[in-house]
Amino acid sequence: MPGVRIEQVSFRYGDTPVLADIDLSIEKGEFFAFLGPSGSGKTTLLRLIAGFGRPATGRILIGDRDVTALPPWSRNVGMVFQNYALWPHMTVAKNVAFGLERRRLPRAQIAARVHEALALVGLTEFAERRPAQLSGGQQQRVALARTLVIEPDVLLLDEPLSNLDAKLRGEMRAELKALQRKLGITAIYVTHDQEEANAIADRMAVLDAGRIQQVGAPAELYDRPANRFVATFLGSTNLIEGRIADGCFIADDFALKGIDGPPGPVCISVRPQDISIGADPATVAAAVTGREFLGGYIRYRARTSHREFIVDVAHRRDAESYDVGAAVGLGLDARRIAVLRA
Amino acid sequence: MVCEPLRLGTRRGVSVAARVERWLCGFAATRGARPRAAGGGAASAFPPAGRRAGGAGRGLHRERWLGYLFVAPMLLFLLGIIFFPLGHAFVTSLYREAGVTVRFVGLGNYTRLLDDEAFWNSLYVAAMTVVVASLIAVPLAVIIARFRFRGAALIHTLGVIPLVMPPFVGAVAMQLIWGRNGSINLLLNDAFGIRIPFMEGLNGVIFVEALHYFPFILLNLAAALSNIDSAMEESAQNLGARGFTLFSRIVFPLALPGYVAGAALVFVKVFDDLATPLLLNVTNMLAPQAYLKITSVGITDPMGYVISVIMIACSLGAMALSALLLKGRDFATQQRGGGGLARRRLGPWGTLLAGMFVVLTLAVVLSPHIGILLLSLATVWSFAVLPDAYTFAHYVTVYREAGPLIANTVLYCGLAALIDVILGAMLAYVVLRSRLPGRRLVEQVAMSAVAVPGLVLGIGLLRTYYDLTLPFTGESLATFWGMLVIAYAVRRLPYALSAATAALQQLHVSLEEAAENLGAGKLGVLRRIVVPLMAGGLLAGFVTSFATAAVELSATLLLVAKAPDAPLSYGIYVYMQSAAGRGPGAALGVIAVVIVAVATYLAYRLAERERGRKSRELF
Repeated sequence: MPGVRIEQVSFRYGDTPVLADIDLSIEKGEFFAFLGPSGSGKTTLLRLIAGFGRPATGRILIGDRDVTALPPWSRNVGMVFQNYALWPHMTVAKNVAFGLERRRLPRAQIAARVHEALALVGLTEFAERRPAQLSGGQQQRVALARTLVIEPDVLLLDEPLSNLDAKLRGEMRAELKALQRKLGITAIYVTHDQEEANAIADRMAVLDAGRIQQVGAPAELYDRPANRFVATFLGSTNLIEGRIADGCFIADDFALKGIDGPPGPVCISVRPQDISIGADPATVAAAVTGREFLGGYIRYRARTSHREFIVDVAHRRDAESYDVGAAVGLGLDARRIAVLRA
Repeated sequence: MVCEPLRLGTRRGVSVAARVERWLCGFAATRGARPRAAGGGAASAFPPAGRRAGGAGRGLHRERWLGYLFVAPMLLFLLGIIFFPLGHAFVTSLYREAGVTVRFVGLGNYTRLLDDEAFWNSLYVAAMTVVVASLIAVPLAVIIARFRFRGAALIHTLGVIPLVMPPFVGAVAMQLIWGRNGSINLLLNDAFGIRIPFMEGLNGVIFVEALHYFPFILLNLAAALSNIDSAMEESAQNLGARGFTLFSRIVFPLALPGYVAGAALVFVKVFDDLATPLLLNVTNMLAPQAYLKITSVGITDPMGYVISVIMIACSLGAMALSALLLKGRDFATQQRGGGGLARRRLGPWGTLLAGMFVVLTLAVVLSPHIGILLLSLATVWSFAVLPDAYTFAHYVTVYREAGPLIANTVLYCGLAALIDVILGAMLAYVVLRSRLPGRRLVEQVAMSAVAVPGLVLGIGLLRTYYDLTLPFTGESLATFWGMLVIAYAVRRLPYALSAATAALQQLHVSLEEAAENLGAGKLGVLRRIVVPLMAGGLLAGFVTSFATAAVELSATLLLVAKAPDAPLSYGIYVYMQSAAGRGPGAALGVIAVVIVAVATYLAYRLAERERGRKSRELF
C-alpha cells in the first residue's frame, strides 16, 4: 500500500484560485482527513488525487508513481462519492463487478471477488437488488464494496457519511475505521465535521481558503493550534490579544508567567475547560454573566474589565455552582495555553 | 393530430404543451412536469379551512356542493364527447352489413384488417419515422448535453422550429424540394446523374413526419441526459471506464427512459396522423383508409370504426409499452445532489464535425419552411430548382378569399379555448383545493383526451350525432359548426387543465385562507382572490389551446360539411389539393405558421413571467 505525496499543487477554476501551494505527505496505511469549512478546497484536492481536474502547478505521487498527468481511469485510486453514485440501472452485484470487468478479469474470478467484497460489507444477500431498494446505510456499503473490490492503491472518501442520520453515521464511522485497519489501505477522508475527523483520522490537514493551515494528529491540533483559524474551527476557545515580554504574557487585564516566545504582540488560545473557576477573586477577577447547564458540563460566561471568558466546568451531581452575578476568580495555567502564529 | 407547438424544456420550466406531452408518456424527467399522481400531493397537505376548523359543519357541506357543481360540466363534457362516441364506434365495429340486415360478427372485422396492407404500412411508417427521427435527434441531444458547443443555441432553435408548422402544411413544399422532380433531385441528377427517392410513397410520409416530430425525442433525451448526476459518470471513470464503454454502460442506460418516452410519443403521433399521408396521396395507411371509408362508403361502413378502435389500441399499446419499459426506471428523480453531466470541450475536428451536422440538419429541417415561403411567393414552380418568378399575387388572393376562413378559425378556436380554460380552472380548483372523492380520476380522464386521435374523435362524433338534427335549420348536429368547437375543446382540454393546475399550485392556500378569515365566502374568495391571481396562467393555457387548435386538421376534415363553415386548416388543405391552389394554400400556410409561432411565444412568455412574479412576491 503506497502513500500519497502532494508537492506544490495549486489549482484554479478560471480566474478563481481554489488551491495554493499544497504540500502534503500521507503515509502508507494511514487514515488521513482533509478537514475544512465548505469552500476551503478540500473536495477539490481529493478530486485532483482521483484525476478529476489537473493541477495548475505541482505534482501528485502515489507511491513513487507520478500520476499528475494520468486520466482518472488509469490511476487505480478508489473514490466513494458523497451521494454514493450507485448506478440505478444495475443490480448491486453488477455495480460491484463493474470495475473488475473493466480490468478484464476472468468471469469466475469476478464472481468470487464480488462475493468477497459484498461479504466484507455484510451485504451478500442483497446482491441481486437494485440500489433504489436499499436503505441509505446499505447504499453506502455497496459504494464502499464497489470501490474496495478493485483493490485500489488509495481509498478516497468524499463526505461519505453526510447523507446518513446521526445514529447511523456513528456506527458507519466505527465500521469504516475497522475496515481500513483490517485492509491496511491508505485512506483519505474529506469532511467538514471536526468531530468526525477527530474520531476517524490518524492525522489530518485543516484547510481554509485553499491553503493548508496545519497538519497533525487530531489531539495535537486541538491542543496546539497553530493559528486562529485552527483554534476556533476545532471547538470553542478563548482568544486573547496581548504581548510577550520577559517570558510573560501581558494582556490589558492580567498577566501570566511562564510563556516562552519572542517578545512582541501575540494572540493566545485557551480552551474553556482549561480555565478554572473558583471563589478566590485574587487570580483574574470576574463576574459571572451567563450560566448554561449542558449535561456533562456547565458553561459559564465570566466578564472581566476587558473581556468575556467562556469557562467549562465538568458537572457532578450536587456539586457547587455559581449563579449569574457571582464574583469569581478565573485561573489560567501557562502549560495549557497555545501561542498562535497568526 | 397535427401540430403541437412546444418549447425546449429548460430546468426551470416547461411550456404547457410540453407538460402535457410528458404526461402522455408518463415521463417526468423534468421534476414536477407530471401532474401530481393520484392520492397525496398538495391537496391533502392543505385541507380546506372549513374541515380543519372542526368536523362537518356548514363549510364542508357547502364545499361539497360547490365541488360537485364544478366537476359536473366536465363530466358531462367528457362523457358526451369522448366516451359515448368512442363506445358507439366500438359497438359499430362489431357488426357487418349483409344485404339489408346488420349482423353481429364480433371481432370478425378485425381479423380482416390484419390481412390489410394499410395496417402494416401504418406500423412500418410509424416505426421507420422513429428510426429516422432518432438519427436526427440523438446526435443533437448528445451535442447539447455532453459538449460545450457554441452552436447550442442553434440546436435549441432547431428543437422548436418544426413544431410551429403542422406537417401537412409543409408536405406539398417538401414534394417540390425533395420529390422526384424536386430541387434536390434535379441538382443531383445534373451533378451525378442520380435521383434519390426521398418522397416516393411511404418514404415521403416517413421523411415529412420525421422532420416534424424529431424534436419530441430531442427534448426528452436532452432533458434526461442533462439530469444525470455527474458523479454517476465520475464513479465509472474512477473504476476504469472511459470513452465508448462509459457511454454505452452508464450514460446511455441512464438516459434511456427519456429516449423511450420521446420515441413512443413520435410513434403514436405518426400512427394517428391523417393529413400528411392524404396530402402526399398515400392512401394505403390506416388513417386515410378510415377517412376514405367514412367519407366515400358512408358512416355505416364498419371498417372505419374498426380502424378507429385499432388506432386507439395501438396508441394505448405504445404508451403502455413505454410505461412498462420505464417502470421503476425513472432514474432522474432518484438521484440526490450533484450537478449535471460535465460538458466536455470539443476538439477542432469535433467542433467542425458537430458544426457541419448541425448546419446540415438545420437546412433539412428548415426545408419545408423555406419551401412553403417560396411556394407562396412563386408564380410557377415545377420541374425547376427554384421558382421561375416571384409575386405577391397569392397573398392578394388569400386576402380577398380567406377572410371567412380566418374569421372561422378565430371564432372556433377562441370559443374552444374559452371552454377549456373555464373547465380546466374549475377542475384544477376542485383537484387541488377540495377532498371530493374521485377528483383525481376525473383529472386523469380529462388528461387522457390528449391520447384520442383527432380522426377517431371525429369519426365517433359523426357516428353518434349524425342522426340528431338541430331545431329550425334541420342541420345534422354532427356537422353543425358548434360540434367542431366542442371537438377542438375536448382535444385541447389537457393543455388548459395543465396550465390551470400549474397556476393554482403556485398560489399558496394561505392567501385564500386570509380572505376567508376576513369574512369572504368561498365564491367571494374565488372571484376576488383566486381567479385574478390565476389569470396569467390561464391566459397562457388559453393561447396554447388556441394555437394548437388553429392547425388541427384530422377532426376538422371529418366534421366540416360545407365551405362557409370551414376554418383555416381546412382551407389550406383544400387549396393544396389542386395545382392552381398551391400558391394561395402556401400563403395561408405562412399565415397559419406566423399565428402559431406568435401565440406559442406569447404563451411561453406569459408562463415565464407569471412564474417569476409569483416566486418573487410570495416565497
